[in-house]
Amino acid sequence: MEEKISKLESPLKINRRHFFSQLSTGIGSLALGSLLIPDLLSGGAPKAMPNQPLGIPHFAPKAKRIIYLFQAGAPSHIETFDPKPTLIKRMGEDLPDSVRNGQRLTGMSSEQAKFPLMPSAVKYKQYGKSGAWVSDYFPHIGKVADEICFVKSMHTDAINHDPAITFFQTGTQQSGRPSMGSWMSYGLGNENKNLPNFVVLTSKGKGISQGLYSKLWSSGFLDSKHQGVLMRSSKDAVLYLNDPDGLSRSDKRHLLDHVSSLNKIHHVETGDNEIESRIAQYEMAYRMQMSVPDVMDIKKEPQHIIDLYGEDSQVPGTFAANALQARRLAEQGVRFIQLYHQGWDQHANLPNDMAGQAKDVDQASAALIMDLKQRGMLEDTLVVWGGEFGRTNYVQGESFDPKNFGRDHHPRAFSIWMAGGGIKPGISYGQTDEFGYNVVKDPVHVHDFHATIMHAMGLNHEQLTFKDQGRRFRLTDVAGNVINDILT
Amino acid sequence: MAHEKKLIKKWIQQGAKFEKHWAYTAPVKAVLPKSEVSEWGHNEIDAFVLAKLEDNNLKPSKQANFETLIRRISLDITGLPPKQNQLKELLSDKSEKGLEKAIDIFLASPAYGERMTQAWLDVARYADSHGYQDDNYRSMWPWRDWVIHAFNTNVPYDEFLTWQLAGDLLPNATKEQILATGFNRNHPITQEGGVIDEEYRSYYVVDRTNTLGKGILGLTLECAKCHDHKYDEITQKNYFELYSFFNQVDEKGLRMMAGPATIKKYFADAPFMTITDNETAGILSYINKKEGDSIKVMVMNDSLPRTTFIFNRGEYTQPTDSVQPNTPEFILPFSDKFEKNRLGLANWLTDKNNPLTARVFVNRMWAMLFGDGLVLTSGDFGVQGSLPSHPKLLDWLARDFMDHDWDIKYLLKKMILSATYQQSSEVNQELLKLDPENRLLARATRFRMSGEMIRDYVLTVSGLLNSEIGGVSVKPYQPVGLWAETTSGTGLLKNYVQDKGEKLYRRSLYTFWKRTSPPPNMTLFDAPTRDNCEVRRQKTNTPLQALAMQNDVQILEAARVLAENMILENKDDTKTLHALFQRILIRQPDTEEFEVLEKYYTNALQRFENKEEKATKLLAQGTYKHSDTDPVKTAAFMLTAQVLFNLDETITKE
Repeated sequence: MEEKISKLESPLKINRRHFFSQLSTGIGSLALGSLLIPDLLSGGAPKAMPNQPLGIPHFAPKAKRIIYLFQAGAPSHIETFDPKPTLIKRMGEDLPDSVRNGQRLTGMSSEQAKFPLMPSAVKYKQYGKSGAWVSDYFPHIGKVADEICFVKSMHTDAINHDPAITFFQTGTQQSGRPSMGSWMSYGLGNENKNLPNFVVLTSKGKGISQGLYSKLWSSGFLDSKHQGVLMRSSKDAVLYLNDPDGLSRSDKRHLLDHVSSLNKIHHVETGDNEIESRIAQYEMAYRMQMSVPDVMDIKKEPQHIIDLYGEDSQVPGTFAANALQARRLAEQGVRFIQLYHQGWDQHANLPNDMAGQAKDVDQASAALIMDLKQRGMLEDTLVVWGGEFGRTNYVQGESFDPKNFGRDHHPRAFSIWMAGGGIKPGISYGQTDEFGYNVVKDPVHVHDFHATIMHAMGLNHEQLTFKDQGRRFRLTDVAGNVINDILT
Repeated sequence: MAHEKKLIKKWIQQGAKFEKHWAYTAPVKAVLPKSEVSEWGHNEIDAFVLAKLEDNNLKPSKQANFETLIRRISLDITGLPPKQNQLKELLSDKSEKGLEKAIDIFLASPAYGERMTQAWLDVARYADSHGYQDDNYRSMWPWRDWVIHAFNTNVPYDEFLTWQLAGDLLPNATKEQILATGFNRNHPITQEGGVIDEEYRSYYVVDRTNTLGKGILGLTLECAKCHDHKYDEITQKNYFELYSFFNQVDEKGLRMMAGPATIKKYFADAPFMTITDNETAGILSYINKKEGDSIKVMVMNDSLPRTTFIFNRGEYTQPTDSVQPNTPEFILPFSDKFEKNRLGLANWLTDKNNPLTARVFVNRMWAMLFGDGLVLTSGDFGVQGSLPSHPKLLDWLARDFMDHDWDIKYLLKKMILSATYQQSSEVNQELLKLDPENRLLARATRFRMSGEMIRDYVLTVSGLLNSEIGGVSVKPYQPVGLWAETTSGTGLLKNYVQDKGEKLYRRSLYTFWKRTSPPPNMTLFDAPTRDNCEVRRQKTNTPLQALAMQNDVQILEAARVLAENMILENKDDTKTLHALFQRILIRQPDTEEFEVLEKYYTNALQRFENKEEKATKLLAQGTYKHSDTDPVKTAAFMLTAQVLFNLDETITKE
């Protein structure tokens, strides 16, 4: 990893020592025994800190933070936001070759003799002034349709979960590059001194689920302080957060003060300023021990908020609890909050499984939009909802049963939605053909999606680069166009 | 533009000489520079370093004190602090001779092979799981045992490489040589149900090619997979010619799923070799295998000749022209004497005219000892890589290494015996300003140890370290529920079942490496994920590291056990405090330091006085047996040990 040289050459001119000296002055001005920095406890939208170490947007950002509600496993676009009456009319017919047009198949349906078309397992309704179509699996999302921009023309290069999720998260199908959240952290810096900049929360539905893995929130070749921090619903919300039993807060303070004294003696002897930054990191760790449990404590929410997100929001580890958590983290200025809800891989038993999956996420997803709005935070918080690809318009396997069928992976067309910071509300963008198979208007590739999100955050996707192994890397690799039509 | 025009004009006026990029010409031994004013230095290395310092009007630093040096050398060679029972001997003769003797002791220790293997595992992207989702178990650890053995028996680097790249193709290949080829089967393998087999099979060949580039040649070959390299001379044709060396393996892209893979403890995909008691009774006697077990290890073979095509834009679905195995001519033409297979490739790599292989390895060894390589970009010696800070020194060392038959122990000893290496790491603000990154080497660089080294250090000084060598990977303490939460594991890798007893205290290179959820106390300290070849780790300083140091059971337990032992071994509190400090920092405290420590201890004791229950709670760390010591006192000493474990100095190579 070429961190040192790369940083000197980085267009953002980030200097590690500069960063640490900033940090250590900040801490030096506090009494070592002080507890929390007050900005954590103040409510409302966070303010950017002066002397932000990395915060150098390329132009005025619309969004300051992102909450990405990733639906892992790939929800079917046919049963979510892209109704296709033709499929009802042509139910059971074979997918015309002219429509398939050479699309490669996964190992799971490559042996299949026929590709009988199957319409949506659920009915659709139109909602709001925008008249957006939303399936009956998602009545709550329907009610906030006027806040949402539905993108129905997404497409990707990958056809299997691991490469496809990795592509969405890192801009490439193979592992090793930094995650989106790491790029944002690298490009925009931190708004909160007491919490990590990039937080990951996971939950799992009852549907067939594909595993998650830490490389999805890895910082790749970027400095590991940009790594996503998994916050868990278990006792240790952040790894190693809790002190051992028998050690009080005051014992800990006492211990750290002496660590610090001895470190200072050694600093004088060696002259190495890295020791100063070690002291600073220990202080931040100490503050995190307070700030993390505090921000994770959803029990503090009033009843009307609990009602808004649904009763699941009080069950740690559920999507609803994580959505509420996400709002709390956003309030504290966490830059990138990544949720994953697993269980959307409906190769079989779609009508039943998908109803359950939707129930897990529908109310809380909509609640998050409303909650952010009522706090005045929706305008600078970008919420994204979607999976890694779509699903086939035909059934997977040899049997054909409208009550119990499955759909295979489909990379060529699918739907996601975005809302808030910098995104036009109440619109639908892009269009698929009458079969829901190919994009026919305004295609949005994964690279375009990244470029657009970065734009909303005030970053030029071609300018935010990091040099590693002789090459300047971008989240968008060598592609990506900002979709201006969906930006405010 | 005007400036560039001028430059070109000037260049033409000077004769328009066009020279090959420095790294593509074979290294030569330059005449040693001789200083007119200074007598400083022990060996050739110092002559080059001193010349550069004098060019910059700088002087070298004084030699580090002997205790510091012994600790530094021990960490560098064995990855562990010096043993307490050896310290007296090691410190008895503080002359140059004494130091050399210490170096020899460390190099002869089996811990040396483990330390070197630890570094090689990053290059070889070693793991105990296949990676990708549905992550499952693989048994590649016998290959790791071979690496340890190879380093300990000081197998020359050219042979070390040849066996790993082409051991199976050597005439009358031994089982040992075949086992070594596991190197190129260490890459991740998918078992995701729906994948297209050929897509992934080609990924694996790409991985081997890129590993050859980054790990052995110091080249960013991967850039030329999709198009001719933008900066270096590597063409897309060059890339696929190299690719074709690795494209003859009879393997699958999708590893076998379900039934056998999930229930069998030892499972490998073809091609593999089987290690049974027969093998361990013979040439593979160093494989630390349970009697009766038969273990499958993936290895290389060339049993399925394939025609290799250049892929348009690097896409496996778009083959264009066919190519033959070959190597880039601008590095070194591929001799007719060499066979057009992996063995020929190994011969080409280890040809003494190859300009890259020795330089890249010598540079990485330098980085291991000095913190940074002479070429900062250890994985990129190409045009976009950084220039060497001391080009003649690098070349001298590379040539000298080859002249001494690629002898790794010789190379390390040469570096460690230099006055450059033995300098003090203390720095004044003036020097810090002039040379913040220490590129000129007017001092030693002090830097944080790796996560593995920190854990091993703590285990060693607390007396807990289990020094068994090799064998199946172990599962020490890890935060509960981590594997289950990420949900990517199948079969044996679904839930983390922590080991018990002695297995909790093995060296960290034996810690089970699950790619989709690697051990957090390693990754927090910048260990790579092992998905790809990595040659250089970052050295970050983060709050999450501070939390791990304070609250990882492994460390808390070590503090508790060390406190118990020190109480039992020493007569009074003052002696115990001294012993604690000396054990952990391998030196005596100065007066000021001792005062702080004593004050801390006294106060900690008060905090636990008459609170035996609180003390007992604190002491309930880990499963290691408790000694019969006074809980209040033990708690206070345990926390004192924690203060010391959490010092910057403890986790730093000074």
